[in-house]
Amino acid sequence: MSYPADLKYTKDHEWIRIAGDVAEIGITDFAQQQLGDVVYVELPDVGRQLTAGDSFGSIESVKAVSELFAPMGGQVVEVNPSLKDHPEAVNSRPYESWMVKIHLSDPRATTSLLDSAGYERLVTT
Amino acid sequence: MHSLDATDWFPSRHIGPSPDERDDMLAIVGAPSLDALIDETIPSSIRLTTPLNLPPPESEHQYLRRLGQLAHQNQVFRSYIGLGYHDTFTPSVIVRMVMENPGWYTPYTPYQAEIAQGRLESLLNFQTMVADLTAMEVANASLLDEATAAAEAMSLMHRVVAGREPARHRCLVSDRCLPQTIEVLRSRAEPLALSLDVGPASRMTFAPDVFGAVLQYPDEAGLAQDLRPIVERAHAAGALVAVAADLLALALLTPPGEMGADVVFGSSQRFGVPLGYGGPHAAFFATRNAFVRQIPGRIIGVSVDAHGHTAYRMALATREQHIRREKATSNICTAQALLANMAAMYAVYHGPKGLKAIATRVHRLAEILAHQLTELGVAQRNAHYFDTLQIEIPSGVEQVRAHATERSINFRYIDEQTIGIALNETVTLDDIEDIVAVFTTALGRRPSRGMRETLRQTAGSLPATTGLPGALTRTSAFLTHPVFNTHHSETELMRYIRRLERKDVGLDTSMIPLGSCTMKLNAASAMLPVTWERFSRIHPFVPTEQTRGYAQIIGELESALCEITGFAAVSLQPNSGAQGEFTGLMVIRAFHLDRGEAGRDVVLIPASAHGTNPASATMAGMRVVVVASAREGSVDLADLRKKAGEHRDRLACLMITYPSTHGVFEDAVREICEIVHAHGGQVYMDGANMNAQVGLTSPASIGADVCHLNLHKTFAIPHGGGGPGMGPIGVAQHLAAFLPRHPFAATGGERGIHAVSAAPWGSASILLIPYAYIRMLGASGLADATRHAILNANYIKARLERHYPVLYGRANGRVAHELIFDLRAFKSAGIDEMDVAKRLIDFGFHAPTVSFPVAGTLMVEPTESEDKAELDRFCDAMIQIHREIEAVVTGKADAQNNVLKHAPHTASAVSASTWTHPYTREEAAYPLPFVRERKVWPPVGRIDNPYGDRNLFCSCPPIEAD
Repeated sequence: MSYPADLKYTKDHEWIRIAGDVAEIGITDFAQQQLGDVVYVELPDVGRQLTAGDSFGSIESVKAVSELFAPMGGQVVEVNPSLKDHPEAVNSRPYESWMVKIHLSDPRATTSLLDSAGYERLVTT
Repeated sequence: MHSLDATDWFPSRHIGPSPDERDDMLAIVGAPSLDALIDETIPSSIRLTTPLNLPPPESEHQYLRRLGQLAHQNQVFRSYIGLGYHDTFTPSVIVRMVMENPGWYTPYTPYQAEIAQGRLESLLNFQTMVADLTAMEVANASLLDEATAAAEAMSLMHRVVAGREPARHRCLVSDRCLPQTIEVLRSRAEPLALSLDVGPASRMTFAPDVFGAVLQYPDEAGLAQDLRPIVERAHAAGALVAVAADLLALALLTPPGEMGADVVFGSSQRFGVPLGYGGPHAAFFATRNAFVRQIPGRIIGVSVDAHGHTAYRMALATREQHIRREKATSNICTAQALLANMAAMYAVYHGPKGLKAIATRVHRLAEILAHQLTELGVAQRNAHYFDTLQIEIPSGVEQVRAHATERSINFRYIDEQTIGIALNETVTLDDIEDIVAVFTTALGRRPSRGMRETLRQTAGSLPATTGLPGALTRTSAFLTHPVFNTHHSETELMRYIRRLERKDVGLDTSMIPLGSCTMKLNAASAMLPVTWERFSRIHPFVPTEQTRGYAQIIGELESALCEITGFAAVSLQPNSGAQGEFTGLMVIRAFHLDRGEAGRDVVLIPASAHGTNPASATMAGMRVVVVASAREGSVDLADLRKKAGEHRDRLACLMITYPSTHGVFEDAVREICEIVHAHGGQVYMDGANMNAQVGLTSPASIGADVCHLNLHKTFAIPHGGGGPGMGPIGVAQHLAAFLPRHPFAATGGERGIHAVSAAPWGSASILLIPYAYIRMLGASGLADATRHAILNANYIKARLERHYPVLYGRANGRVAHELIFDLRAFKSAGIDEMDVAKRLIDFGFHAPTVSFPVAGTLMVEPTESEDKAELDRFCDAMIQIHREIEAVVTGKADAQNNVLKHAPHTASAVSASTWTHPYTREEAAYPLPFVRERKVWPPVGRIDNPYGDRNLFCSCPPIEAD
């Protein structure tokens, strides 16, 4: 399992790719493997305001469902349109399968996030 | 026992192991006697000290003879009451081949889809039939009854609309919805703080806080009206519309889907399902594709199997309570699969032309009757109708009532001056003549001699059109799929039903060892009377003097269930275990409210609880607080104390399953109940595991205040392939006043909650089954059944624990009536619980419960009905599978290309010209000698579950697709 070094991670097994004041959010390789075959990703409407910790959607496999939580606050500016028809991409390419893009209210509020090594420790211990 | 005493006693027919087998099994279990085993299994502190006080057992024939006499205390009137229940002809081929056929009534909910393709196909027919007739995009495979379907429609509309606009909390309900529907809507709206405005549909105002409207079509008095104006107003205001519809009417009337409805629901009863004094019947529920993830209950979908062939399965399970728990769309679990299958077969048999002919005939009879009554000078108030007339008698209805009763006719007496007459497919011109005669005599007119002739003339002279306006006349086609246009001869339908049946595994094939489901014998003697006319052909709202037989049976059954639970009162209204949970929680809620403790809304639920528990708690407006499990699987007492203390001012109750979902009689159960009581809470016992208690301990003995009983588990109602079920609740004295009432019957407590079901005694006709079960077993037989259920589980443990670790047990190693095998150790070799479940199919067995209550495990419940030979076959199969796993673990077998991963093996795969596996065809299909005699060929290979959910398709696939 891989945890790219250029991403930040959460204890809820999400990854965050921050570029300027916009962040892409997805779920980790570990998370997709735990869930099994993903069949559906429920995503919010564009424009929705999120505070860190808000549930903004859910991800379903055949026999499990897991909520998605906003790792940082901001406004949803885009949702990944291809996941509607190809939810399986979350399994095959977890780090390309971003779910939402958030315009961050505070791009520097990353103190609660983990780096790659920290996340790997979390899932291997 | 006297030598001339009856010889056909039921206990030895019901209980599998013979006395000799029992002794052999005890030796293997390592217990000196059955009593000793029970002493080791159930804590002495909760044991009953005296036998149950029940009437002495009856032999099978004694029972049937007495029941025949009781049947004669019911009177079968011609009932034109309507209100969602209509007499119907069940085609005899469907009675014999489906309703009375263990091949259809004994299977379980189709979780093991590979051996459930027959009923899955039929349920897909049901969904297609509903979607076609209602003109909606997607339908589910049945709900409990029309009234609870209305409540589910309300919930769906609220979720969808309030999800976007949380302030919307008001639901408008037409006062022309069925009265029992409005009652159930009230009972479900109140705990969720939804406001219900009941009033005339024409005056509905869609204020900004309205999320939806519920309408009836045709309405409860029979009036059929164009719904488009209301739907347009609702949609313009951002609200949704749900419509209760009559399926038969939709063969003639413009379907609600074409009028813009967002949800269409109703009962499929009149499609050949007997009245049964209230049920069981299947409700239907259809909506738009956009809301498919909000649908409650089971949805059947199309997928493919490992060989790429079309295969059916239950789709979108993540909506359901067993996965989403308190966030589920509904608590519904058991539904009405058997009855949905009967309704679907009725549509398959009659086809679109036949249904239209039936509907047209009923409608014309109504027109003829309306014409004749108008000739008599009586006013008929429905401007447009399908089959139901509303008659005004300014001088009062009493004369009509008296003359109708004399002729064994029931009308609906709406008020002092109004009578409802709902016709149905069993009505003939003779019946119309009788109805006209009743009115003629009641109005003091001279009966005309040539009545019959007049009727025939009327029939001939009425215009050939339906008399319905264009806006209400259906023009679209329905049931165009070949399955509804092929099986119209009895020969063809008989073969179609048999063809489907052969694909499925029921108790008529082999043991179904599903943990927590209690798949015991559904005895033929208990089943037979259900289809007797004097039980099956009675409308639920007839006057009580016509149902003295039912009244006696219901009274005796209630007493027996009180005796068995140790409680003071019982409500037979809930139609499933989950509905019993909701009812029990609402009773607890009413109790707290009555004591001025409205703030008590916290429910403590152990982590290992059935998913229905948290889902029901949410529906009852309660907050779920999870209590941790200790390592040995029992409730973590420290965590319970902590959480009960934290919520002491808000604690409503604890929901606990006993014996636990881990299959263990927890020693601390009394202490658990005392902790909850000490903090002001009540104890709700989930009765799913009651089969380990009956006659030996009881919910009252452990300290519970309420419990539900799954009559379809413990008390032998068949599972029907996913329903019917019954979930009556028992309550202690202090809760009896709050049991649910009903608008059409004297039942429930004096401060009772609103009705929870459409009918006063739920699915009354199948109460005959637990009644038979209890009367034929008697007190000693019931206790013996429990003892043998425990023996059988401990025997399986003794035989298999060397091969598969058993997860939980008492300190002395004894399990209750079920046990959990841990398969997680094999995961590193790539073998999981699903591989074992599917491999069991090759041996002819249905899998145990998979991954509940612990992921990666199998939970086995053998029940008392299986004899030693069947238990041994199952154990032999499990041991052989263990050898096969070992071969993979040790590398002797390939990690992927092995007999487990490719299970189950179809006949076409095993007989194919090419065979690419390293194991033999014989190893695949006949892994043990006993299989040769009993081979079950799965019709499809392993089903691709993700494919089905990613490519959702929920109606009959085009024939070319395969």
